[in-house]
Order: sequence, then structure tokens, then C-alpha cells
Amino acid sequence: MNGHHKIRELGLKQAAAAAWPICLGYFPIGLALGVLAQKAGLPWWAVLMMSVLVFAGSAQFICVAMLTAKASIPAIILTTFIVNLRHALMSSALAVYLPGVSRRFLALYSYGITDESFAVNMTRFREENWSRWKALFVNHLANAAWIVATTTGALVGQFVPRGAFGIDYALNAMFICLLVFHLRGRVYLLTSLLAAAISVAWYLFIPGDSYIVGASVSAATLGYILQRRHRRGK
Amino acid sequence: MTFFDYLFLFLGMGLVTYLPRALPLVYLAHKKLPQWLVDWLNLVPVAILSALLAPALFVDSTQRSFSVGKPELLVAIPTLLFALKTRSLGGTVLVGMFLYWLAG
Repeated sequence: MNGHHKIRELGLKQAAAAAWPICLGYFPIGLALGVLAQKAGLPWWAVLMMSVLVFAGSAQFICVAMLTAKASIPAIILTTFIVNLRHALMSSALAVYLPGVSRRFLALYSYGITDESFAVNMTRFREENWSRWKALFVNHLANAAWIVATTTGALVGQFVPRGAFGIDYALNAMFICLLVFHLRGRVYLLTSLLAAAISVAWYLFIPGDSYIVGASVSAATLGYILQRRHRRGK
Repeated sequence: MTFFDYLFLFLGMGLVTYLPRALPLVYLAHKKLPQWLVDWLNLVPVAILSALLAPALFVDSTQRSFSVGKPELLVAIPTLLFALKTRSLGGTVLVGMFLYWLAG
């Protein structure tokens, strides 16, 4: 009984060691999101509700931006769906390391699959003896940090003057850094440039916010076709 | 917006976020996605991130016109270099905000 307890404690420690960079990274971003949401007119309890029910950083930023632009609720939900569809791939990749695990565990685990927790857990699963419980701890520690940071941001937002500390740039900076993480080769760079060009043209000529979905789907498809041609040509 | 508007919006967002995270893991745990889908999905994140970012850097949103030399674009260059050098998400956000604050 005592030994079992010790093992569990050790697991929690290892999970915390793996999760702290995520939590540290989430804090400024979460604070920025909370402040932006407060500026957009969202009460603190709505920010708390959003972080608990959605737990998806980029989608939450986009939601705040779209609410500021007076977008409709269906448009926000559709954009969230498209933006978070990428997690289906991560979820499939994780399935390799969680074979035969109960559906109830997987249903709970799925809630915490984010770009960051996926990256951390996947690296650990590949390199060492990482257990599913440690992976679940990582997910929930990251989630806790996210909820605290975003709600705090919303609560202190009213004391932060408009445009202070360049907070309006937080989203762009986060996208730039995530882009750097994802540029793992020439085809990724090419897809990124295509998406940038198409989205700007789409944004200029077509009103509304369909440019996000339109440009990303067409750029990914063009990138895929180019990649396949290149492979065949070899 | 009322309490129920927010609840409806976030439940909807939560559902469309949760399902793509849960369904492949729960139901496709022992199956493999077709290779073409994996290849295509691999390119989706960079495409989305670029489509989100580019208009903010190159378009004057008040007039919806093309614009080169916005402070957003100028700040993006050192921010990108910092991200490439450090690969730190939190650090890049703070540096980007600080530079934008200086530029503004």
C-alpha cells in the first residue's frame, strides 16, 4: 500500500517536471487572452466557462477576435471546428501508445489533447517508459494553468489600459512561434507561403471571414499535390 | 450577450473541439488512417497559422487594402528571428508584445 503510494507520488513529480514548460508558456498567453476578452466585453465568468468547456488556445483567441468583429455564433463555431480539426491527427497518433486502454480513460484523456501537451507526451512516449497516467497528469496540469491564467487576465483586464504592453500583438507573436515549430521542411514552408498569399488575396476580395478556412484548405491541398508530384518524380 | 448566449456558444465550440480529439483515439485506436489523409492533415497546421497571420501583417483592416510596412509586419521580423533562435513560445509572445509596444 505504502509502496503503491510512493510510485504514484513519483509519477506525479515526473508529470509536473514534464508539464512545467507548458504551464510557463501558457501563463503570459492565458493572461493576454483574458485581458483581450475583457476588453472585448466578456465577463470573467464567461472566460472561465470558455477555458473549461473549450480548452483550445488559438480557437479561444479567434473567438474573442470574432466576437469583437461582431461575427455570428455559427461562424465562430465553424471556424473553431476547422482550426481544431488538426487534433484529429494528433489523437490518431496517440492511439498507437494507448492500445487496449478503456474507453472511459480515452474519453477523459481526449479533453486535454492540445498542440503543446501532444508534443510533450508524444516525445516522452517515444523516448522512455512513459505511462498513460503521467500523460493524463500533464494534460490536466496544463489545463489548470490555462484556466487560472485566462480567468486572472479577465479579472485584471479592467486595470490594464488599452494597448498597454503591446498585448494586442500577443496573438500574432504566438502564431509566429507556432509556425516556426511547424516548419519542418521545404513543403511546409511552401504551404505556409501559399496560405499567406491566398489568405491575403481572399481577405481583400471576398468579404466576411471565410478567408481562414478557404486559404488553409486550398494551400494544404496544393502543398499535398506538390509533395506527391515531387515524390513521384524521384 | 446573455449567460445562455455564452453557454450556447462555448458548448458548441467545446463540442466541435472535443469530437476531433476524442473520436480518432476512441474508435480508430487500432486502425490506421490512409496515408494521403495523414500527409494532407500534416500540412493543415502551417496553412491555418499562415492564413491567420498574413492578413494581420499585410492588410490595412480598416480599409481592407494591401499595405506593406505596417508596424505589425516590422515587429514580425525580429519576433520571427527570436522564435527561430530560442524556440520558446512564452518568450516569443513577450518579446513580440514588448517590441510592438515600443513601435506603437
